[in-house]
Amino acid sequence: MTAVESKGVQSRGVARIRAAFENAKAGGRAAFIPFMTAGYPSAAAFPALADELLARADVLEVGLPYSDPLGDGPTVQRASEQALADGTSTRRTIELVKELRTRHDTPIVIMTYVNPIYAVGPREFMELAQAAGVDGLILPDLPPDQDLEIADLAAEYGLAVTFLIAPTSTPERIKLVAEACTGFLYAVSVTGVTGAREGAALSEVPAMLALARQHTDVPIAVGFGVGDAQTAHGVAGLADGVVVGSAFINAVREGRDVAALAESLADGCVR
Amino acid sequence: MTLTLPSYPQPDERGRFGRFGGRYVPETLIPALDNLEAAYREAKTDPAFLNELERLLRDFVGRPSGLYLAARLTEHAGGAKIYLKREDQNYTGAHKINNCLAQALLAVRMGKRRVIAETGAGQHGVASATAAALLGLDCVVYMGEEDMRRQELNVFRMRLLGAEVIPVTSGTGTLKDATNEAIRDWVTHVRDTFYILGSVVGPHPYPAMVRDFQSVIGEETKWQLKELEGRVVPDAIVACVGGGSNAIGIFAPYAYLPEGQRPRLIGTEAAGEGVETGRHAASVAGGRIGVLHGAMMYLLHDFEGQITPPHSISAGLDYPGIGPEHCLYSETGVAEYVPVTDAQAMEGLQLLTRLEGIIPALESAHAIYHAVQLAPTMSPDQIIVVNLSGRGDKDVAEVMRLLAKAEDAPINVERQEVLA
Repeated sequence: MTAVESKGVQSRGVARIRAAFENAKAGGRAAFIPFMTAGYPSAAAFPALADELLARADVLEVGLPYSDPLGDGPTVQRASEQALADGTSTRRTIELVKELRTRHDTPIVIMTYVNPIYAVGPREFMELAQAAGVDGLILPDLPPDQDLEIADLAAEYGLAVTFLIAPTSTPERIKLVAEACTGFLYAVSVTGVTGAREGAALSEVPAMLALARQHTDVPIAVGFGVGDAQTAHGVAGLADGVVVGSAFINAVREGRDVAALAESLADGCVR
Repeated sequence: MTLTLPSYPQPDERGRFGRFGGRYVPETLIPALDNLEAAYREAKTDPAFLNELERLLRDFVGRPSGLYLAARLTEHAGGAKIYLKREDQNYTGAHKINNCLAQALLAVRMGKRRVIAETGAGQHGVASATAAALLGLDCVVYMGEEDMRRQELNVFRMRLLGAEVIPVTSGTGTLKDATNEAIRDWVTHVRDTFYILGSVVGPHPYPAMVRDFQSVIGEETKWQLKELEGRVVPDAIVACVGGGSNAIGIFAPYAYLPEGQRPRLIGTEAAGEGVETGRHAASVAGGRIGVLHGAMMYLLHDFEGQITPPHSISAGLDYPGIGPEHCLYSETGVAEYVPVTDAQAMEGLQLLTRLEGIIPALESAHAIYHAVQLAPTMSPDQIIVVNLSGRGDKDVAEVMRLLAKAEDAPINVERQEVLA
């Protein structure tokens, strides 16, 4: 059996994530994918916050706090620092997902820089993630050709993998990245780091998505800079899923109603 | 004589030095790194680029830098002859300018009018700001808040040169965080910005390119030593290592010689208060393999992958990783890496100052200290070359503070002798 076939047969995460996208599509929506840093604003307060997001999420993206998140803007950086200071590092992030899994069936993916995976050991990391009920991994600083074993190892443990494409990506890179994704493909809307932007420009997104669709049938989610219902609605018209992260962290920090924001953004995902 | 840039057998075409190196960066940067690699490959053999670089290194920087027999230091150590490769003589005070001018020329060649840089001690920032002023480029330098406090004068120097210095408050507010911030800037402005990376770290092609630009240090050493001693290869070369650019500059031209013809290559890592205390920046002695700033390398991080804040008396060595080529050298035994503490570096600094009238940078003082330990284990007809990577002017205030603090502490015998 080839690696690709084995992924198809064994990847529970892939099947569950695909189903979530299919389900959203059938409901006339793009999949709504909120992001929250694990252990933010504290390990104690995180589960209730995640519950609020999971009430409307098609897929939940949990950020693994990292000391040096070079693809993230100030909002996620600060949230990571706060979570780390409160003791949420790699293993505790996985524990927190495990706790959510006792109450929720929605697919949950972990967004992590690659160093924590290497530090724990790729096989042990996958084992822990699988045991906690994690469905997939988003790997923002691992171009797929840098480590050909990670995706196979993830598949062995039933986890989907998501790599990223960007507006600067050449057709060759888009092909390579799209073919390596098993869960969904993550298209970065702008050249830049994560963070909510006023009226994010989506001008480069359609061409990028059109190109990606020539090379993959996995769903494509768009993220970076989506912070309000109007932008989300714009993205929902183009992509299969919408990722919203920093806007939720900002809401938590400013003491605003997260459930209401999730409601509004989920509504924005209706086409 | 036209300058040539070397071609070494490492890294492989994927930017790997064995299992080290690579390109662990956001996908946004991959096309930019491909373009940079292609532009560099072209420039490397273009006489116009090489002639201009040669002219600037000679007339602007003042190369070649001296290869100087430190006679009194040799006499003090008692053993092998100690030569100093005087990178401290370069304009702007350190080896950093060799690389900055070359990268800034490459930026112009690629049509980028905005350059960015990270800096720790401020030497690379000053060199980048200098190159930018010379070539009429906009320059933004990221510097940790803590380092800006320690190196106030360099901050002013950069601003005087027209650069914008942006304080970095995230993380530990030091070099690694400044590097994160520079990479974030590059991700955001990748289409019109050139990132002048200051050491042999980061994603491919930076470790190879910075090495090639710094290898002028070792290439000069070869012919200078031939003139002075009738031979090209010394018995040992000692250089301090943070990211490792000055060390690779003098190691690489010798590192690929066949075993038996190769000198001992010794990198001195910053052991801070001692490797056993955990307060150090010795990535080979005290680290494990990991990924930082786009490359796989020996790294200071905990067992869950969080980077541990490094510590060193010298801001320029205060980095939690070490360049991938050094990692390969260490793994294959081509070079050795030894820890030197803050206190030992201070001793090296005072020794060289009193015996030779040369105030070295605190970074370079790590190498001086080790050379003085090494020399007596060798014979008088043997030769050690120390890469004196920078001058100590920038550190004088910090040294003054540290010596005042140490006044009450007992002075060891060796230092008493020197100070007498």
